Amino acid sequence: MSGDDPREGLVDAAVLDELPGLRLRWALVAVEGGHKTPRGLRLRLEDVSTRFRGANAIQLRTRPVPHAYRVFFRQVGLDPDVERTPVEQLAVERLIRGELHTGDRFTDALVLGLLETGVPIVAFDEAALEGEVTLRAARAGETLPAEGGYAHDVPRGRLVLADGAGPVAVLFGRRSSAHGPHRRTAAVRLVAIAVPGVPEVHVDEALWLAAEGLGR
Amino acid sequence: MVVLADSTRLAPPVVAPADERAARRTLRAQIARLERELGAAVLAAFPHVTDADVQARAAAVHGPRLLGLGELERVRDELAERVRRAHVVVARRAELEADSRALLEEMLRDPARHRHVRLPLADLGEHGCGAYLVRPRLGIVGRCMGWWQVKLSSGCPRPAPA
Repeated sequence: MSGDDPREGLVDAAVLDELPGLRLRWALVAVEGGHKTPRGLRLRLEDVSTRFRGANAIQLRTRPVPHAYRVFFRQVGLDPDVERTPVEQLAVERLIRGELHTGDRFTDALVLGLLETGVPIVAFDEAALEGEVTLRAARAGETLPAEGGYAHDVPRGRLVLADGAGPVAVLFGRRSSAHGPHRRTAAVRLVAIAVPGVPEVHVDEALWLAAEGLGR
Repeated sequence: MVVLADSTRLAPPVVAPADERAARRTLRAQIARLERELGAAVLAAFPHVTDADVQARAAAVHGPRLLGLGELERVRDELAERVRRAHVVVARRAELEADSRALLEEMLRDPARHRHVRLPLADLGEHGCGAYLVRPRLGIVGRCMGWWQVKLSSGCPRPAPA
């Protein structure tokens, strides 16, 4: 990983007051070696995928970290049985597709971090961001930019990740396609969303694993 | 007639912000406890009980946001209802398995009194597609002589060709 160790991100005071323990951790990673998944990362994903079986998927919800995300989903108005938590969604995809490898380096690196730790990470093109990424409630009239000059409306109060210019992703939801990494991305900012009850060591481990996947 | 007081127009109870925040915190703790309880109940009874068995209704998803007191109460109440349903389903399941075990013991003790009874393994809480069957020993000879036995059929049927 280039740059420093994972750093603490910003969470709006009003959100933190309601949901103490919610935090962001982020790391800046230089992308080396192209956008296709390298052999080492593919083999590692295959190994993790082989270890992950149906029994793991069934027991997932009772393990501490996935359980913490299920609880958090309910506390912010999401039903994890309807809109699955990131790791549960990944488990279902693994069982349906039989593998996790997609061929896209950014996706595969995040998948590795998520499956090994249960902590979801969002990747942004560092060049597209303006300032720090903050977790806050959306303000009236804000939009989520999309490529081609279009934008999606974001209802007021929706929890979002935002940079200095406005929302760049909905929490556990859609990310602005204008801010996602692409072929010419030289550096990505990995932002891990840590909910109450998730130890910091898991969060940093997720960031390290994803950064490792993006390094040479 | 002079109306001295209009009881239908009562002002909403005044709740101090600090009290409301504490109430929301309590509700979030209750939601966490209920979610743990629901997970344990569904896991203990898997595969005979799934989320679909205990789901009250398809919940509308409005995206992540900070919930107010009323919304948190609704989430808590719905979750409590799911936990209750899960416990009912699990209790019914336990009752069925206990009855099935008692029936199996009876079948083993006196097969002749349970001719042609079929007891699937699933009703005993066991995995697999097998079933205990009370059948005559040596086919037609056993049927005529009253020689009955309990057999365990094994294996699942072959999948149909695509």
